[in-house]
Amino acid sequence: MAGLRTWLAERLPLDAVAAAIAHKTVPQHRHSFWYYLGGMTLFFFGVQVATGILLLLYYRPSAGEAYDSVQFIMTRVPFGWLIRSIHSWSANLMVGAAFIHLFSVLYLKAYRKPRELTWISGMLLLFITMAFGFTGYLLPWNELAYFATRVGTDIPGAIPLIGDPLVTFLRGGPQVTGATLTRFYGIHVAVLPAITTVLLGLHLVLVQYHGMSVPPSVDAEAARAGRPTPVMPFVPHFALRDLFGWTVALALLAGLSAYLPWELGTKADLFAAAPAGIQPEWYFLWTFQALKVVPGHVFGIEGELVAIGALSIGAIGIVLLPFLDPNTARARTVVNWLASVAVVFMVAMTLWALMGGVQ
Amino acid sequence: MASDKVGSPGLSEQPRNPGRRRAIDWLLGSWFVGVCGAVVYPVTRYLVPPEITEAPTLSVKAGTASTLAPNTARLVPFGQTPAIVVRLKTGELRAFSGTCTHLSCTVQFRPDLEHIWCACHNGHYDLTGRNIAGPPPRPLDAYEANVQDDEIVISRRT
Repeated sequence: MAGLRTWLAERLPLDAVAAAIAHKTVPQHRHSFWYYLGGMTLFFFGVQVATGILLLLYYRPSAGEAYDSVQFIMTRVPFGWLIRSIHSWSANLMVGAAFIHLFSVLYLKAYRKPRELTWISGMLLLFITMAFGFTGYLLPWNELAYFATRVGTDIPGAIPLIGDPLVTFLRGGPQVTGATLTRFYGIHVAVLPAITTVLLGLHLVLVQYHGMSVPPSVDAEAARAGRPTPVMPFVPHFALRDLFGWTVALALLAGLSAYLPWELGTKADLFAAAPAGIQPEWYFLWTFQALKVVPGHVFGIEGELVAIGALSIGAIGIVLLPFLDPNTARARTVVNWLASVAVVFMVAMTLWALMGGVQ
Repeated sequence: MASDKVGSPGLSEQPRNPGRRRAIDWLLGSWFVGVCGAVVYPVTRYLVPPEITEAPTLSVKAGTASTLAPNTARLVPFGQTPAIVVRLKTGELRAFSGTCTHLSCTVQFRPDLEHIWCACHNGHYDLTGRNIAGPPPRPLDAYEANVQDDEIVISRRT
């Protein structure tokens, strides 16, 4: 055993890695709870990879077979209902955890220098997560997914000049058909995982490299008290707490999947009317409600274009936040207010949509 | 490092012929750019789906006229897209494209409202296809609806 260790240590930087792990610490203060959210998102991602691979063994990506293959997984394959429900629930919890992670990082100002690239890679990962959700939603080829995809892929059509080619590219043709399903399948199981591997690797390396950010308020308190902020060794103390959180999340997933198994709905019919009460996944609801209440034309511009323009500006603004925030106490207050307005807007629009919106 | 190189003439960084090295670098660089282009171009073209040219649908049969009661409607395929044929209370038949002009959901007829409605984002159209409420920016395309031997035939307006 000692011989094997020596042999490996001569070929790999084992001692350096062991020393780094032993020295890794996590700051301990009243906001430390939020440090667990990134790890929680990562856990749900791991669940997605594992259950996704299992689903691949039976799923068939064609308009003729997709719905029936998912039905087969849920009714005939042993524990198929469990695997598929966990995949759907975990997807939703992953988006939820990622959003909480985003806003906690934002409020704690962890995006400040030198963590700009960590923030940008994290924002890109959030967009990728939403793309995973959007492409995965279509794969069972049911009625809700079909219309959600018709609407979702039609949205870029409002962009001047490149809109129409972009819609054709996304759909694999002018309409949402079996060609769209195969395309989304390829994006969902190959393209997005490849991009995620690179971005997630970068994000995690940067988190290790810079260590955990200490919020400015905690830093100021420590300076006033004249003593440093206490820390906790990552191994074993923080890691065990992380692990405990993950087992709770796993129990939650099992409970949700057992008691509220994910429904399959009815098979998509390309020539049926969109059913009343149709809605996208909850994390797209606020966008959906915004598109619903914006009138056909705003100051002579097509309403859809106005809504998409506003959302795009918001998205670019939040990605570039570390460069827009001059890192003064005043700017921090402004960022907190803007973030709170965004949260209230998103929650209010979501609730409005859930209550039926404008009918 | 420089002292290491003393006595190891095989590891000099200075090429014997700098001009030739530059020329070869330039050739290799161009070669690489060319190869990248030869990969990127077909892949980009591959990603854009080919246009499938179909004869444009000019008219379709939309079922029997006698089974379509007043104040109801029927959705039928019109080529690749849906069409909606409405029987008005007066008995008159009207046909429109079934694709909402907002975000291309499929519309339906609401007997309670006596007009056309899109469930996706609450768009309303009157019985001439005009957008009257909600987000749709344009009216629905109108088709001709005729009856031949109790068979509804809808056709594109020319």
